[in-house]
Amino acid sequence: MLVNQMKQKKDVHQGTLALMVLKTLEVLGPLHGYGVARRIEQISGDLLAVNQGTLYPVLLRLEQEGAVASEWGTSGNNRRARFYRLTRAGHKLLGAEKRDWEQTAAIVARFFEVKAQDLA
Amino acid sequence: MRALNRIFTRVLNFTTRRRGDDRLREEIESHIAARTEENIRAGMTPEEARRHARLTFGGAETVREDYHAEKGLPFVENLLRDVRYALRVLRKSPAFTVVALLTLMLGIGANVVVFGVLNAVLLHPLEVSDPESLYQIRHKQWMSGRLLTTSYPAFEDFRRRNTTFSGMAGIYGYSHAALSWRNAVIKVHGDEVSGNYFDVLGVQPEIGRFFHAADEHGPDSAPYVVLSEALWQSAFHADRGVVGTTVELDKHPFTVVGVAPARFHGAERFVWPDYWMPMVNEEPVERFDYLHSRTSITVTVIGRLKAGVTPQWATENLNAIGAELAKEYPETDDGQPLRLIHPGLLGDNGDVIRGFLWSVTLLPLLVLAAACANLATLFAARAADRSRELALRVALGASRPRLVRQLLTEAVMVSLMGGAAGLGSAGLLLGVLNRSQPFVGELTVSLDARVYLAGLVLTLGSALLFGMAPAWQTWQHTPLQMMKSGTAEARPLGRFALRDLLLGAQIAICTLLVTASLVAVRGMVRALDVPLGFQPRGAMLADIDLSQEGQAGDAAVEKKKAMIEAVRSIPGVTAAGTVSRTPFTGGIHGIPIFRPGTTEFKINNSVLATYGYRMSPGYLEAAGTRLLGGRDVSWHDTAQTPYVAIVNQTFARKMWGETTAMGQRFILNGNLTEVVGVAQDGKYHDLEESPQPAVYLPLSQSEQSETVFVVRSRRAPSEMAAALERTLSGIEPNVPITVQNWQDAVEGELFPARAATVALGVMGLLAAMLAVTGIFGMAAYSVSRRKKELGIRVALGARQTQVMSAAVGRPMVLLGVGSMVGLLSGVFASRLLGQIVYRANPRDPVVVGGAVLTMALLGVAASAIPAWRALALDPSKLMREE
Repeated sequence: MLVNQMKQKKDVHQGTLALMVLKTLEVLGPLHGYGVARRIEQISGDLLAVNQGTLYPVLLRLEQEGAVASEWGTSGNNRRARFYRLTRAGHKLLGAEKRDWEQTAAIVARFFEVKAQDLA
Repeated sequence: MRALNRIFTRVLNFTTRRRGDDRLREEIESHIAARTEENIRAGMTPEEARRHARLTFGGAETVREDYHAEKGLPFVENLLRDVRYALRVLRKSPAFTVVALLTLMLGIGANVVVFGVLNAVLLHPLEVSDPESLYQIRHKQWMSGRLLTTSYPAFEDFRRRNTTFSGMAGIYGYSHAALSWRNAVIKVHGDEVSGNYFDVLGVQPEIGRFFHAADEHGPDSAPYVVLSEALWQSAFHADRGVVGTTVELDKHPFTVVGVAPARFHGAERFVWPDYWMPMVNEEPVERFDYLHSRTSITVTVIGRLKAGVTPQWATENLNAIGAELAKEYPETDDGQPLRLIHPGLLGDNGDVIRGFLWSVTLLPLLVLAAACANLATLFAARAADRSRELALRVALGASRPRLVRQLLTEAVMVSLMGGAAGLGSAGLLLGVLNRSQPFVGELTVSLDARVYLAGLVLTLGSALLFGMAPAWQTWQHTPLQMMKSGTAEARPLGRFALRDLLLGAQIAICTLLVTASLVAVRGMVRALDVPLGFQPRGAMLADIDLSQEGQAGDAAVEKKKAMIEAVRSIPGVTAAGTVSRTPFTGGIHGIPIFRPGTTEFKINNSVLATYGYRMSPGYLEAAGTRLLGGRDVSWHDTAQTPYVAIVNQTFARKMWGETTAMGQRFILNGNLTEVVGVAQDGKYHDLEESPQPAVYLPLSQSEQSETVFVVRSRRAPSEMAAALERTLSGIEPNVPITVQNWQDAVEGELFPARAATVALGVMGLLAAMLAVTGIFGMAAYSVSRRKKELGIRVALGARQTQVMSAAVGRPMVLLGVGSMVGLLSGVFASRLLGQIVYRANPRDPVVVGGAVLTMALLGVAASAIPAWRALALDPSKLMREE
């Protein structure tokens, strides 16, 4: 029971995280894992303040789905790092996910706005 | 699409063992290094910066696991890990593993062999199109030699008048001929069939063509022959050019039109014809015309039902025609009710064979059940011994389902290996059986997909059966309890445990099987005791086909006389004679006998249906059949002198009761015949038949082409065989001669009894072995388990008997109870056994006593070592242990 709840929570988390990763890569272009983590941390605050490592399975998954591609490169301070970039499929995926998300958010928002007298 | 892509990548990663470990490690390092640098720039001490970097990264191990889970196939990986672990555990206790594997191998192997036979005989449809709608006509009762056959004119009537069959074909299945092709002569047997035979069965030729109804235009209009694939291979060296050439059957030319496919063996499973020829051309081969006689009842009828017609409806239709025929031909057609059966199992024997095989199938299943009970005990005991290890694993965070899965994996591993070994050995055994052809007639048992599937189902089924016991036990225990009590059992020993139940069941099954095998052995001994009415030992048979020599009447008799004289003059020969067919080789059954004065020779007016043999003078002596009174036939009994016969005791008793048979008369084949001698009774068709009437006629008073020389001699069979062959072929070159030892020929008849005995004996032996290992395991286990307690008891002055009863008392009680249950079920299973074994009687005191004694001995043998070990316990040593 508990395991199930935990799993569901994690799936939601991973889903939003994936969306953030895609958006970050779209905005900033090719970026290494740390860069992505830093950017999400800056924008979302506490979501990725801890457990930044969870980013890597998400990146791997996106790569397996063909949404991102990766290769070794050199970071700003001459450190070897793996750079991720959005593929054409990734752009498409981001577009679709974005629409989905906006739709969902809009519906949920409307539910929150509804007052009792509106339903009468 | 995305999901598919992912799965593909995962499978690829899994199979190529590409591990992203290095990449992840490097990325993590780079991540932490970058963070640390940034932290330092923000003013932290290097140490603090590093710590903070690690903290924000989170649990590297969790990330690695998640990463891993994303990467490969975790389920398969876990399974592989379980399998590897199971293999390691099994390798650590080789004795246990070998015992378990052997047990399973025997259990599953026995099942596969029996299922293979069952599959080949019952489950495999005949190799014809839509075998389900194909039926054979069978008479309700065996009467005067007719059960499956009808006369050719009646067959034609049925075929023309019925409204329920889309096609009906006739088969004369007793055709024998000498086939000559390019100066080679071989003896072949085949089917003479109506022209539509292949079309009704829906078979296509391998090469060439088949003959069809359109080829027939009355007698002798279709001199065609279709070869079986086997004959084509062996006699014609698979020469495709043979199609269109002419071969001779009994010196009459026939054109080979085609070859049947290799899988097709006609409509009978056990009799594979070498050739098929149109029935309209039977006369030159058979030398008698059965096409126009309503009294020659020789044609087997098969038919295919029209779509939508039920067998019930068709049967009514046929019976209506039968009644019409009985009215139209009251002399010959009796309008006996008919029924429809599926062809293939020698007609009337179908039910017997079916019952036999289904009951035989039960026995190895019982062995396997006993084996599973045995293994369940072993596995449960092992799981209990490993409880500390299991508890440790629970403490380290293994979930209960995980442990159960591990234990089940072990069980499945063992059973898969055992199953593979069982299948392998069964395959080898079946190969040997197929080569040596011990089956009645011809039958090839092969391992096909269905047999493999059955083997797999049995394997996995038994894995579940014996794997559940330890798994269930583990499920019941709480880790805390396991840790606390160490190896001790959670339940008090006095209570009734799962293991006890398993052992009891096992012993019951084993007793049943031991009883069954004892019953079989008794049956076999009885079968060997049955007086045959002749002495096969010391006699040789020479089968020679004189039919095609074209001599008839006196010339043929003279020739045989000369040949018998020649054979008799071979040194060492004490007696020689000829007979149309030796007992057990078919021959004529159901010859109608009429009382003198009968004018209407209807089958219903006959008083006896008897076996008939045509023989030369001296045959009875050569065969070792005692003449109880009167005289042998002589060469002076000819067509010009009164007809004479020798009858057996049963014939005499049934005809004339207590009055002496000598000098009595009866009518046979329309001839008033006088009894000149009475011979002893014997067995004519099979060992199990009740006493049957038989009549011996002098060959000089009847035309008979079939000839078997029976030669009794004092010389060794091999020497005699050569001399016989030389002598006979000296007189008759160019004629196929088969010489064999009569003893060997008769062995075939004993085959079913012998096979049943061997099979049941093997099962009984397996069962006994299982019982021994089961009891031994139980006793040894309880002794080792209670070593400490027993040691204390000994130290406190327990007497030897008390120690003994504590150590092996429980297995003994179980042995007693289990044996009783087994014996009782043996009595209840007597009907089942009766179908397998000749005259089975599980209530036979010898059998019951034997079973009890066997089980008692097994129990003593199995518990002797543990008991001895219990007595030899040294308390002082034990106390210091642990």
